[in-house]
Amino acid sequence: MDFLSRFSRNRGALVGALVILLVALIAVLAPVFFPTDPLRIVGPPELWPGDDPDFLLGTDSLGRDILAMIVHGARATLLIGLFASAVATLIGVTVGATAGYFGGWVDEASMRAAELFQTIPNLIFVLTIVVILGSTLHNIVIAIGIVSWTPIARMTRAEFLALRDREFVQACRSMGMGDLGIIMGEILPNALPPVIVLSSLVVAGAILFESAVSFLGLGDPNVASWGRLVGDGRQLIRSSWYICAIPGVAIMITVLCLNLIGDGLNDALNPKLRDR
Amino acid sequence: MTAAAPLQVHDLSTTLFTRRGTMKAVDGLSLTVGAGETVALVGESGCGKSLSALSIMRLLPDPPARVTAGRVTLNGRDLVPLPEPSMLDIRGKEIGMIFQDPMSSLNPVATVEHQIVEVLTTHTALGRTAARQRALELLEMVGMPDAARRLGAYPHQLSGGMCQRVMIAMAIACHPSVLIADEPTTALDVTVQAQVLALLKRLQAEAGMAMIFITHDLGVVAETADRVVVMYAGRKVEEAAVDDLFETPLHPYTAGLIGATPTPGAARAARLADIPGMVPPLNELPAGCAFAARCPRVMERCRHERPALTAPRPGRLVACFAAEQDAA
Repeated sequence: MDFLSRFSRNRGALVGALVILLVALIAVLAPVFFPTDPLRIVGPPELWPGDDPDFLLGTDSLGRDILAMIVHGARATLLIGLFASAVATLIGVTVGATAGYFGGWVDEASMRAAELFQTIPNLIFVLTIVVILGSTLHNIVIAIGIVSWTPIARMTRAEFLALRDREFVQACRSMGMGDLGIIMGEILPNALPPVIVLSSLVVAGAILFESAVSFLGLGDPNVASWGRLVGDGRQLIRSSWYICAIPGVAIMITVLCLNLIGDGLNDALNPKLRDR
Repeated sequence: MTAAAPLQVHDLSTTLFTRRGTMKAVDGLSLTVGAGETVALVGESGCGKSLSALSIMRLLPDPPARVTAGRVTLNGRDLVPLPEPSMLDIRGKEIGMIFQDPMSSLNPVATVEHQIVEVLTTHTALGRTAARQRALELLEMVGMPDAARRLGAYPHQLSGGMCQRVMIAMAIACHPSVLIADEPTTALDVTVQAQVLALLKRLQAEAGMAMIFITHDLGVVAETADRVVVMYAGRKVEEAAVDDLFETPLHPYTAGLIGATPTPGAARAARLADIPGMVPPLNELPAGCAFAARCPRVMERCRHERPALTAPRPGRLVACFAAEQDAA
């Protein structure tokens, strides 16, 4: 298809997409590779990578298999990223579409509300929400969604402002379509491409937020996300730095690849760049 | 036209409320369009033609524009006081509209079929499959070449003429009794223009639709209209049957418009007559006749007093002191 060929013309995006697919595959197949609980103690503590062929990436301070935790952690990390981005997109598109379409005081009110959210430093805001609601997986997802929706709302609003006075929207009104039908059926499909790009970048941002929260020890204690692994290893960072470094590299590669995908989507979906 | 006329506009006024004050963009317009009749609304840019149409459809951009007086009676019901939900039912079902630029009047990311089906399912009880079948019939009805294949096409894959055919198919999909065509051929080239005009005339004759045809092209008027309403600065200045109007224009503005239309075969040496000056801005309308400053037959009286519409002969209306003198 047209879209795929434009997307794959961007080499970086193609590599990024392949890596993310691989990570997703590993995440899905985690129970096949490591059927037992990854948080179980299985060997001697602080085994360096390569010391023991049974534990390819070594063990942590308690003697847990780091490879098993990385593989299972991919699940948690990707799911948090995706769901947090979904929450942010849902809030952002709803607020942005309403503000841009109706304008007037609705627009004023929602944009001032968005500014209120933007003035609070993001990480502190996430931590505050998590502390208040409690450190569970879905509270973290909601907290990240709540701090990440504002750029999506502004982007959606701008698209709606530009599209709502276009003639085809007027034509739809002349055919008796209601506001909801026009917003969902006519304007939104036209406004979506830049929003999709932004949402893909929010996934990367959400993974970083979750890592930071877990690193600070506020993550869900029952879930072995990558950020938590980095956090667990921080006391030993001077002697056994690999405990922090391995999940850190996993986070870095994943976030980098998500950003590359965002770039590729932008190339593929943005009509102005299409003929470059 | 009798009381059975599907569309009667009575004394319609639309006011723009802007930061620089209020101005009447449409001032006391009355209009009757009978079944099967075409009334052309003619005038220069900014004379209130399109705003009149939008006022009838209740699609005015509010703010700044609002209907401040008058009645719009569609099939016996006054539209002006109707709540918006009732208007949603009427638009597209009892009254349809076609716009100037067909290429941008279709949703660029939806297929032709999707857009026609959408109108049908909004207003009728047709199921998806039946609506698709009907969409195909409609496309064939508006003379779309290779209609079955075009159903899956996106607007950018169609020419301007084909897009306008799709727009027309959508506007007539629910058999409206009134069709408003706002410069439907202005954006099309001349051969396509003629095809679209012929199509509109054919569809109108088949369905007995009342049609308001907004244009500034007098050639198009002569070809399509039964009656003509000439507007100037928001007011009706002349109304007549089409042949009558071209033969003996009573208002100097109408005469100017007709004189400013090039005629093939006329002596090249003769300079095309033009109307000097410009339409006065709505917030600087003079106390007298709005056309006075540009009028070749201006009299002292025109500058202080506004001429009312009078009927010098049955079936004709004109708002001009000079024309009154001629008739007397």
